[in-house]
Amino acid sequence: MSHVSHTEVAPEEGVNYMTDERPIAEGEIGPGCKKRDPIVIARDVTRSFGGINAVDVEYLEIPRHKITALIGPNGAGKTTLFNLLTGFDIPQSGTWEFDGRNLAGVSSYKVARMGMVRTFQLTKVMGKLTVMENMRLGASRQQGELLRNALFKAIWGGREKEITEQADALLVKFKLDAKKDDYAASLSGGQRKLLEMARALMVQPKLVMLDEPMAGVNPALTQSLLDHIKNLKAEGMTVLFVEHDMHVVRHIADWVVVMAEGKIVSEGPPGVVMKDPAVIDAYLGAHHDVDLGAAEGIRELEAVLEADEESIVGTEDAGIIAPEVVVSGLEEEDRK
Amino acid sequence: MQSTPRGPSKRGSTGIRKVTGAIFAVLLAVLMIAAPAAQATTPSPSPSPSPTTFQNNISGFLRDDARTPIPGVRIKATGNGFEGTATSSANGQWSIGVPVQGTYKVELDTSTLPQGIKLAEGQENPRNVTFSQTSNLSVIFAFGKGIVVQQQDLGQSILNRLVAGISFGLLLALASVGLSLIFGTTGLTNFAHGEMVTLGALALFAFNAWGVPFWLAVILALTGGAAFGYVQDLALWRPLRRRGMALVPMMIVSIGLALAVRYAYQFFFGGATQQLPGAQVTDVQIGPISVSPNTLWSLLISAVVIAAVGIVLLRTRLGKATRAVADNPALAAASGIDVDRVIRIVWVVGGLLAALGGVLWAYYRPGVTWDMGSQILLAIFAGVTLGGLGTVFGALIGSLVVGIFIELTSLVLPPDLKYVGALVVMIVVLLFRPQGILGRRERVG
Amino acid sequence: MDIGNILLLALGEFLTPTTAAYGLAALGLAVHFGYSGLLNFGQAGFMAIGAYGFAISTLQFKVPFIVGLLIAVVAASLFALLLGVPTLRLRADYLAIVTIAAAEIVRYIVTTNTLFRITGSADGLSSFQREFDTFNPFPAGTYIFGWSNRDFYVRVISWAVVILSAVIVWLLMRSPWGRVLKGIREDENAVRSLGKNVYSYKMQALVIGGILGALAGLLFTIPRGSVQPANYATDLTFFLWTVLLLGGMSTVLGPIVGAMIFWAVLSLTQNLLSGLIESGAVTFISTVQAGQLRFILVGVALMLLMVYRPQGVFGNKKELAFA
Repeated sequence: MSHVSHTEVAPEEGVNYMTDERPIAEGEIGPGCKKRDPIVIARDVTRSFGGINAVDVEYLEIPRHKITALIGPNGAGKTTLFNLLTGFDIPQSGTWEFDGRNLAGVSSYKVARMGMVRTFQLTKVMGKLTVMENMRLGASRQQGELLRNALFKAIWGGREKEITEQADALLVKFKLDAKKDDYAASLSGGQRKLLEMARALMVQPKLVMLDEPMAGVNPALTQSLLDHIKNLKAEGMTVLFVEHDMHVVRHIADWVVVMAEGKIVSEGPPGVVMKDPAVIDAYLGAHHDVDLGAAEGIRELEAVLEADEESIVGTEDAGIIAPEVVVSGLEEEDRK
Repeated sequence: MQSTPRGPSKRGSTGIRKVTGAIFAVLLAVLMIAAPAAQATTPSPSPSPSPTTFQNNISGFLRDDARTPIPGVRIKATGNGFEGTATSSANGQWSIGVPVQGTYKVELDTSTLPQGIKLAEGQENPRNVTFSQTSNLSVIFAFGKGIVVQQQDLGQSILNRLVAGISFGLLLALASVGLSLIFGTTGLTNFAHGEMVTLGALALFAFNAWGVPFWLAVILALTGGAAFGYVQDLALWRPLRRRGMALVPMMIVSIGLALAVRYAYQFFFGGATQQLPGAQVTDVQIGPISVSPNTLWSLLISAVVIAAVGIVLLRTRLGKATRAVADNPALAAASGIDVDRVIRIVWVVGGLLAALGGVLWAYYRPGVTWDMGSQILLAIFAGVTLGGLGTVFGALIGSLVVGIFIELTSLVLPPDLKYVGALVVMIVVLLFRPQGILGRRERVG
Repeated sequence: MDIGNILLLALGEFLTPTTAAYGLAALGLAVHFGYSGLLNFGQAGFMAIGAYGFAISTLQFKVPFIVGLLIAVVAASLFALLLGVPTLRLRADYLAIVTIAAAEIVRYIVTTNTLFRITGSADGLSSFQREFDTFNPFPAGTYIFGWSNRDFYVRVISWAVVILSAVIVWLLMRSPWGRVLKGIREDENAVRSLGKNVYSYKMQALVIGGILGALAGLLFTIPRGSVQPANYATDLTFFLWTVLLLGGMSTVLGPIVGAMIFWAVLSLTQNLLSGLIESGAVTFISTVQAGQLRFILVGVALMLLMVYRPQGVFGNKKELAFA
């Protein structure tokens, strides 16, 4: 991915971001805590729909060169926060900055140009363009995208070649190279997710924001997709992603931010956050009269919830909680 | 509008038939092509086989102060490069066909007046008259002593226009409520709604012409409108919904339907303006307001019908189901509402309301023509858009605003710019409040 | 009735300046809808702006031909900006309603008697093509199909303009600029998320398609030397949509061939019907009704096309502007 790795990033010489063990937070870990090196800082960002506070974030920092997971139950305001940060929605109040630049009132395309690129929960690929054209569309700094140059291939032909090479390399990595001349509409749901992510990388972002990157992706592809996301960090990018699958979160996230009812209720390293009673509270509602610190407690809770008609445990939607992951994690810790 | 000479036309093909020599045919063909494509390129193919039967008329009745007809008086109309004369008939009626709508100078030849009859004091002659929205323009000349042509003061004019505007707005609302219901439940922007309006007036005219009693003709016309809505949904829109057709293609299909139906009306009905029974009545004076009784009836009828629709929507199960479907069809279906049935009913009601609107529109203008519905289609759209796409009560308020605005601006704007004000206002409102007056704010990019 | 002659007449329609004008205006719609997904239902307004912009500046201000042409183009661009500013940030159907309303406003304004001195109201304007005619390089005589030198001249110019425009549109659409437009057609938020200024691209597309419409207005009026407001009703826009859908909306050749088919079929049906009526084979309709029958057919054709072959004659179904 040599084309993607970028000279602009990597300000600290000699740091390997994969093995960087310096603490992420400065001071005490908790909701709204300060980071050693934040890339995004949000203050008092609120957005309400019809009287309901969808997002009400007092203070949030996203650590640079780290993979941060944004989790929370359905309706917690994760996607709305994504929309607000990237200029796709306008908050009622608040300020937020990216890389030291104030983003309040900045339109979404300018946010993307600054290097903060997002994907969407409902995948947005251009089905009537080929996979390659989708990729080329992502590339920035194209002279040929200006009307005055469009007629003259001599002006943009060179850059077109460059971005085609760049796209080819990315498509190989995402195993889409065989499909590059097909219309994107012919791709499977998972392949579209991959294409959308690859296209976002064509912008050569500093911060990649992925909204549920694993949803609908074939399990066989999940592992390689996870590796791709980890690699982004190696190349100096920062990743913020929304995910429901706790397995994924535990596997790749350096930092986890938990939202519930629009607020940040907890944050910290994955192992710590998942034991936070506030998190379990947020996911499971009022059923917290069990000991959630131990694997046994979780199992008990599960049994209680399965008997509860209003609970989703034991139904299709239960994927949010994935108790087996939490339990196995806790068991591991118990053993230690 | 066809009568202005525009060079040789394709009707010359009469002669071509006789020509057998191929070369000569080619030569003629070339002539045809070379002709500035006059007829072929006129997008509105209105018929006018001979220049004597114009579609537009300036007409009136001449009656003295004792209401006895005055025959044999010559009247001349000049303007737009045209000059025509007419002589009043035994019942005092006169009519001058003119090629285009516009402003004409109408002059009554006072030398042809019978002895002892004079134009009333203050009666302007010659005077300039201007067509407004219809192809018929009535000109009244007042005769006799003692009659002084009244000049209305501004306050009175505003009051009159206001009443007319409310009446016009309510009849627009009949159509726009249906359009809005259809948009709300199916997402379709129906460009054929104007033709549903026309149908009511055309059907009433046809039934009445065939000797059906008026009350029955009205019922039949409204039933016809409802049936048109039902058949449209059954034969066209439901199958297209089943195919999963997107909204923009559906909108274009409705344009095709509008063209086909509109020209079918013209095919059968012709291009002339006809009148419904009792369409031409004199204004009555109610307090300070001078208004046509038809306008008052129209106001009353549409107010009652719209109130009834409102009650049905707010109070009945059907109304709640309709609003649920408009809100979220998938959710409505999941909660046991028969979405297809609701949509079918909406189409039937929409067709009925549009037909009623058409009948009232025919009395309001007054006149029945093949394209009368498409003339107010944009005013209907303006009403719906002003109120907020898909909100029924918004459509009502929006239509009232449009109706009143059109009538009030006619005090300052020339009659042939009557509709411009409403369209401009619609665009300006969209600029500042894109969700319309009552619409919910949508999240936009 | 002479079938051969009727066919010749229909073939003759292929090359008339009017067919060229319809093709060019529909090409503008292709830029709007086929490539950018913008629902312009006011192309008749753009044509009227072009035609009247040229005619009024030529007759009232006696400007030279080239200045009149520039005024027409600038007026159409301003019209596009005026329509685009309030609507391009809104849902697609708002643009549809605003453009159709604006086109009607234009028609009402050029029809009103109040402006008779400037617009000629319902009669329209004429004799603004004189300077254009003086550029005619072809000496008097008969050309190719027996055209007069002026017929030949207006055809050459009309089709030169159409071909040049088609090449430019083709070049634009294969460029990265065109790629952004095609992306916007499908999902403007996705394009925004990649750092492209969607609003600006839509505006550029609206202006370019509008300019093509204005030029089409000139091709429509200059050859016949007159402009009448009745020609620019909403029906004209709908016919242009039929032409666009007939040929294929996301293609460059589609709108042009669509216009040829449209006029050839109209001429064919008209002449066949009147032939049949005059020869007594058909007695139940009049020649006037035959004229209306054609437009009923246009409406039916538009519906059938949309339902059964939305990609048109040339289009690629996979590249349709809508699914």
